Amino acid sequence: MTGSFDLLIVGVGGQGVILAASVIGEACLIEGREVKAAETHGMAQRGGSVECHVRIDGRYGPLIPPGGADLLVAFELIEALRYRHFLKPGGTLVANRLVQVPTSVYMQKLEVPTEEKILAGLADLGPCVLDADRKAVEAGSPLTQNMVMVGAGSLRLPLGAESLGEAIRRSVPKKTIDMNLRAFQLGREAAGGCR
Amino acid sequence: MTKRYLLGNEAIAHAAMEASADFASGYPGTPSSDVIDILRVQEERPLYVEWSVNEKVAFENALAAAWCGLRSLVTMKHVGMNVAADPLMTSAYTGVNGGFVIMCADDPYAHSSQNEQDTRCYARFSHLPCLDPATVQEAHDMVIDAFALSEELGLPVIFRPTTRICHSRSDVSIGEPGTGTRKGEFPRDPRRFVLIPGHARPLHKALNEKLPRVTRVIAGRNYNRFEKRGRDAVVAGGIGVTYVEEILPEAVSFGRIGAYPVDWEALGAFVSGHRRILVIEEGEPVLEELVRQVAAGIPVSGKIDGTVPSEGELSLASVRAILAAQGYIPKPSGAPPVPVPDVPMRPPIMCAGCMHRPTFYAMKKVWRDAVYPSDIGCYTLGLQLGVVDTTICMGSAPSLASGIHHAGDPREVVATIGDSTFLHSGIPGLLNAVYNGAEMTLVILDNRTTAMTGHQPNPVSGMTAAGEVKAPVSLEAICRACGVSFAETVSPYDLASTIEVMKAAKAQKGVKVVIAKQPCVITARRAGVRRGAYAVERDACTVCGACIRFGCPAIGMVEERAAINELCSGCGVCAQICPSGAIGPEARERKEGQA
Repeated sequence: MTGSFDLLIVGVGGQGVILAASVIGEACLIEGREVKAAETHGMAQRGGSVECHVRIDGRYGPLIPPGGADLLVAFELIEALRYRHFLKPGGTLVANRLVQVPTSVYMQKLEVPTEEKILAGLADLGPCVLDADRKAVEAGSPLTQNMVMVGAGSLRLPLGAESLGEAIRRSVPKKTIDMNLRAFQLGREAAGGCR
Repeated sequence: MTKRYLLGNEAIAHAAMEASADFASGYPGTPSSDVIDILRVQEERPLYVEWSVNEKVAFENALAAAWCGLRSLVTMKHVGMNVAADPLMTSAYTGVNGGFVIMCADDPYAHSSQNEQDTRCYARFSHLPCLDPATVQEAHDMVIDAFALSEELGLPVIFRPTTRICHSRSDVSIGEPGTGTRKGEFPRDPRRFVLIPGHARPLHKALNEKLPRVTRVIAGRNYNRFEKRGRDAVVAGGIGVTYVEEILPEAVSFGRIGAYPVDWEALGAFVSGHRRILVIEEGEPVLEELVRQVAAGIPVSGKIDGTVPSEGELSLASVRAILAAQGYIPKPSGAPPVPVPDVPMRPPIMCAGCMHRPTFYAMKKVWRDAVYPSDIGCYTLGLQLGVVDTTICMGSAPSLASGIHHAGDPREVVATIGDSTFLHSGIPGLLNAVYNGAEMTLVILDNRTTAMTGHQPNPVSGMTAAGEVKAPVSLEAICRACGVSFAETVSPYDLASTIEVMKAAKAQKGVKVVIAKQPCVITARRAGVRRGAYAVERDACTVCGACIRFGCPAIGMVEERAAINELCSGCGVCAQICPSGAIGPEARERKEGQA
């Protein structure tokens, strides 16, 4: 309706979701485009569920409505399940093949969700699933998994790889630029194999 | 002008620098905290920056600076205004010389708060102007103007962003930080600054006489804009403006309100001639009541008639549903998307190695059936462990504890409060409890920082906001000065000692204080503290569940046995609670003979 490309990035506190979203916003700025984004802060940072809304070419409010996202990038599979209703019909899911079981599941003796079960619940979306942690280690540090996911999502974003690369250079600590760019590239290649 | 991609709070902090602010103080509170944190580390403009011990103290510091002629900013979250309300109300009488901006960030939906109160009500209560931004860019521009407005009117100006402004990012056009700093001088004037009754009465009259001008000046600012476009009208305030703008048809009239007080004549002129009016705003029906006052019989819908929810925050989705239900836009085809049911919750949780967890564990061992008043901080998450019975406002735990005791509850009362919260407003409650003869134990959870809001330093941290090293205050000494005779400090990583000290406290009469002291695991890691990780010896694990019930995110189950994951920070407490001795330092550390 408004011409924005709406991206939702979700994960678990500590995975670097906010930095990933920030890189995409910075890339919009590099391309001279408007962008509006919303972040989870405060309580949710303590290992809680984290969601970042990014509206590329967004001119209005920062929040994406359920059923409105063009792309969902999930850093963890339970979170993919939690937020999948934000995707619009025909929207794309790019997900990290990781299940991080909430501590409360063990404490309350709930059924422990398995990768197979979760993937079955996402299968209708035809998701692009990759092992971001392995790619991150390959890039030089498990901490770069967020840039692997940015790379994996980038093929579906209306943003140039060069702008995203420049955005990474501007956003990460100087010493880690090369490693993060490598992670971005590995994620991009991994997702290139999807579909 | 340059374009930057900024967090709302970054844009606000930068705007204060552009406006040549010389003084900034605040008390941390989500979603406001980043502003002072940014100002204290930036190198673009020298200014005095202070994390004060509470919002009242922060307010009074900044007010004094504004009296002395400086441009001054105070920041807090909405509930902080309750603490600062005393100086707020009378600051409207005294007015200011330098521009004084009160940033008070509201939190609709209570994302990280105990209530959803609306700061616009304080603006009306105090007769001060209030700016209510719809976007990050507007927040930036408003802050710059707020300083000018404050000087033009000689009044403090309230700036009220919400969570979705403070914690949104946007492309923002910004300017250069102001150059040149001012030196303040107190303009002695007892008739203005000494509020004895004989001075207060004429000052109150002078304030009231100023109000028509305040309304005129605000009306000239273009924050409130009205477009007559059709027979139906929508009036929106704050971030509600953006949700409405995105979907409102061209043929519907639109009024957008970004500043208070609203000029009744302009609002009345806009409203007149319409068939009906819908008001979209977060918080209290402040705007709706104004519209109803000038509607002259035209039907108004909003919160008061239940068209707009009276709680929570707005979103594009909720505003779209309201407009569709009222027939302003077509009804959507198909059912709205619903979340997948039964996805396990992922609530925020205390970190692996957090000092609060073993402290709570020890409390439960020593006091099985006590009443546990608590307070506001990371430790409120102790709710999940069954040791948080109350959380109402900052500093309330000691006084709620003494109140519960004096009410006659036969159980023991064991309260918890964090170091920053104790210094904020817990001290008077403790002093009062001792003096009035309560029987209770107060456990001060001393992690040396204000952790929940992002590790802001406080007087026990040994560093000021500006980074100056200071002698940390002694919590034990404060407690003793309040009249507490039993005030003992323990490390909660040493479970046996913690339990022993708590037992000793339990055995004493009167008000006892146990200070559980251990640096926050996050600040410790940032400071370079590294402890070897622990591991479970699979064959020795009897699957008794003791470590799982401890609730540490580093402990889970792998193939039917307890297992420790990479989140382990090496606090070693789980090894102390495992009844079979199955947990110990990882083999590597063991070889080096290090625990």
